[in-house]
Amino acid sequence: MNRFFAFVLKEFRHIYRDPRTMLILFGMPVVQVLLFGFVLTNEVKDANIAILDPSKDVASIRLTNKLVSSGYFRVAANLQSPEQLEPAFRKGSIKLALIFPSDFGHTLDHEGTAKIQLIGDASDPNTATTLINYANAIILNFQQEYAQSSLGVQQAQTPLILAETRMRYNPEEKAVFNFVPGVMTLILMLVSAMMTSITLAREKELGTMEILLVSPLKPLQIVLGKTAPYLALSFLNAALVVLIGMMVFGMPMRGSFLLLGFECFLYMFVALSLGILISTRAQTQMAALFVSALSLMMPTIVLSGFLFPRESMPVFLQAVGTAFPATWFIPIIKGVMIKGVGLSYLWKETLVLVGMAVVFIGVSVRNFKSRLE
Amino acid sequence: MRTVLYLVQKEFLQIFRNKFMLPMLLVMPVVQTILLSFAANYEVKNLSLGVVDHDLSPMSRQLVATFGASGYFKVYNTVFSSKIADADLARDRTDLILEIPPHFERDYVREGAGKVAITANAINAVKAGLAIGYASNIVRAYSLNEATTAAVNRPPAAIQVEYSNWYNPLLDYKTFMVPGILGEIISLIICFLTALNIVREREVGTIEQLNVTPIQKWQFILGKLMPFWMISLVMMTVGLSVGWLVFRIPMLGNLWLVFAYTLVFAPCMLGIGFLISNFAESQQQAMFTAWFFLLIFILMCGLFTPVDSMPEWAQRLNMINPVKYFVEFMRLVLLKGATFADIQQNFFTVLGYAAVVNGLAVWTYRKRV
Amino acid sequence: MDYAIQTDHLTKTFGNFTAVNAISFEVAPGEIFGFLGANGAGKTTALKMLTGLLKPSSGQAWVAGIDVTRKPEHVKRRIGYMSQKFSLYEDLTVRENIRLYGGIYGLKRTDIKSKTTTLLEKLQLEPYADQLVVGLPLGWRQKLAFSVALLHEPRIVFLDEPTSGVDPLTRRQFWDLIYEAAHTGVTLMVTTHYMDEAEYCNRVSIMVDGKIEALDTPRNMKKAFAATDMDEVFRKLARQA
Repeated sequence: MNRFFAFVLKEFRHIYRDPRTMLILFGMPVVQVLLFGFVLTNEVKDANIAILDPSKDVASIRLTNKLVSSGYFRVAANLQSPEQLEPAFRKGSIKLALIFPSDFGHTLDHEGTAKIQLIGDASDPNTATTLINYANAIILNFQQEYAQSSLGVQQAQTPLILAETRMRYNPEEKAVFNFVPGVMTLILMLVSAMMTSITLAREKELGTMEILLVSPLKPLQIVLGKTAPYLALSFLNAALVVLIGMMVFGMPMRGSFLLLGFECFLYMFVALSLGILISTRAQTQMAALFVSALSLMMPTIVLSGFLFPRESMPVFLQAVGTAFPATWFIPIIKGVMIKGVGLSYLWKETLVLVGMAVVFIGVSVRNFKSRLE
Repeated sequence: MRTVLYLVQKEFLQIFRNKFMLPMLLVMPVVQTILLSFAANYEVKNLSLGVVDHDLSPMSRQLVATFGASGYFKVYNTVFSSKIADADLARDRTDLILEIPPHFERDYVREGAGKVAITANAINAVKAGLAIGYASNIVRAYSLNEATTAAVNRPPAAIQVEYSNWYNPLLDYKTFMVPGILGEIISLIICFLTALNIVREREVGTIEQLNVTPIQKWQFILGKLMPFWMISLVMMTVGLSVGWLVFRIPMLGNLWLVFAYTLVFAPCMLGIGFLISNFAESQQQAMFTAWFFLLIFILMCGLFTPVDSMPEWAQRLNMINPVKYFVEFMRLVLLKGATFADIQQNFFTVLGYAAVVNGLAVWTYRKRV
Repeated sequence: MDYAIQTDHLTKTFGNFTAVNAISFEVAPGEIFGFLGANGAGKTTALKMLTGLLKPSSGQAWVAGIDVTRKPEHVKRRIGYMSQKFSLYEDLTVRENIRLYGGIYGLKRTDIKSKTTTLLEKLQLEPYADQLVVGLPLGWRQKLAFSVALLHEPRIVFLDEPTSGVDPLTRRQFWDLIYEAAHTGVTLMVTTHYMDEAEYCNRVSIMVDGKIEALDTPRNMKKAFAATDMDEVFRKLARQA
């Protein structure tokens, strides 16, 4: 056991004596979490729209003002003819066009009905849908106001069912509640896995691997010894990132710190052992990197539920997504921090992570043993 | 120039000899592009609805059935206690709760007004907003329907809104994602490859032998970049062909323009990789530095979250994000059929970018330390 | 007289550490000049400055009559270099490595072909011409590296620890190659920490802690230190320092 601790200590010294590695381990994730926390949001605001308004009457101008004052839209172009639509869209300068008929106010006042055309730039379908939904809601709202104020007519008394709505867990509808946990999960995963994935490959390339192989350390001890110092550092890293989430982005902490600590520790262990697993297989650092960075990065971004709702994915890809540790950690961190739930709610996700850790370490040790024989 | 060709030949020999590299270069971009494009979908559907029905009247059941038939919601369960429904929401088993109070039907019939409560898990605020929007619409439509059957007197909708979605009338997100994801993966691969390849030569020591030859810096850099440049063109061709075959992504614009653009865009990523290698001491450092920038480029390129929603300073920062230009270009040319005149600003920005980055790479490359 | 190599107070410092301390010496054309010293004495650093891989901190050096400190690129066409670490491409074949360096030095295609043939023949590497270098034994690799360094017929060749880790027989063969090159008028500067190899050189310099402590023919040096072999010279010198 003494030998094991000496080995861990040696590995630890290797890392913390190298200022660049420390910078990578702590500096990069912090910068990225800060950056992405501020930048990533799927809220749409100040989207450029074009207005084609041949009527230019009280009603159309009021509606335009209402759209702009909502904060979602900004009028980037006042078009004069429908021919100008196509070039404006093609240049990519507008996302939505609102087209009034030439007698908008007149028909609305006299016939009680008018037509509006909304054209979205659906080459980005997500933004188009969101914008049309927003615009639609504002137009509906406008219609009620307009009917009450200018027509002065009380709508016929129809029985109504009122839907009272509540935004649970996030009443202020902050985007960071969704993005910050995802960003933390993604970055901690990648940094840790990449860090360990090249350790053994590096020793192979530099030729120091033989020394480890002839040492009296058991494979499990070598694997754990390689992981342990990174685990301590990664855990610190996770704590730092959580702190940033709370201090800078106002993430709540409604659950238990102890549980969050335990879950972070577990998640970091899974990530590091995945890195070690890659490392036992890869012959060169380049190969290790390709597996850990390239085949982990994009799938984790897309499949883990960090950005895209998992329930909308094809079933097959939902299944593929379950193979990535991030998929399980995102609900955990959201659960503990935002919902304030305990282990009784999160045991399933936790168990899956434990299982992953056991499998990764087990396979690594086996790979390592087969190298010895 | 002959010297460069010898170097290019050497790189290709090494790449094709590496049994690991070739599948990575040819298979991974295609597989990831196809799979991920299916999943990268912000559409909100299959929302799981928990129902708390305190009324258990024909009307409450009818309302719940309307939700189930809407296509947006799947009724997860119907329970009689808010506590149980809350727990399901906390466990992520449901996305929102519809709570129908006692005497719902009686109040509606007697007082002409009913009330239901809709609670959404708002951690993803946009998704919750959409979900609540759908739900409110269903409730409104239901109540209007009830009103018309009951009272006949139905007010007409004053403003009729007509929608059209240009360039992608069916709102197929895949046509949007395929070129973007392909570009991201190609950027990732070539930037990593260049950075690591050069640092590896330095670690192994082979670069020293090149440095005692009279080979010039630009020759060396060109010799390194050209193979990856050609590979990126191959990846683009294969990726787009597969995108067209599998997803039928429209190719409205001129394909030659797309290739011409790739020829200009790839050197940006290659040059960045080269620049990183000039400052990295080990493969580990090169890889983390490259990763740091690439993750930023990818998450900020506008494919996943709209660029317009980013804060002003971030949009300015994004001007140095080559992947942003690429995604913008692909969308304009492939989906909207933009011509060179429409995108020339983008084109020349990227061209200038490539020139600057590669110029810096040549300038900071040291044959003598 | 035009020297092949000439240095004047050539110095290299890394921070506070002086790796090469104001060394001055001359090497005549056609000479085999031995550069001896323990590991870390500064031999490799000196060689890297002379080949234009490292920028000197102060002092001057001329190689083939050209100022290396000012025009390192001009020197490179005229010199060959074989580094301490094997630095040909292990994932290329013998033939491909020769072709690559021939091409880089601007040799004609036909020249590359004929040179490859003679070189393979001389080194008796024909059966392995199309094998990856990674599979060759170390001694063969070193001989190949030396031959590649001579490919463009340089006037001066620098060899950094060419025989370290090689078995005695191959070392002997390697020195035959060095003599052969010297016969054609090539100047050779060889670093080594094998003292017996010093006997093969026309003149040797012994470096201790960045300084040249002794410089003479092996015979004179042994006489001056009253030693039977170079090993003893070196031990006596090290004790003084």
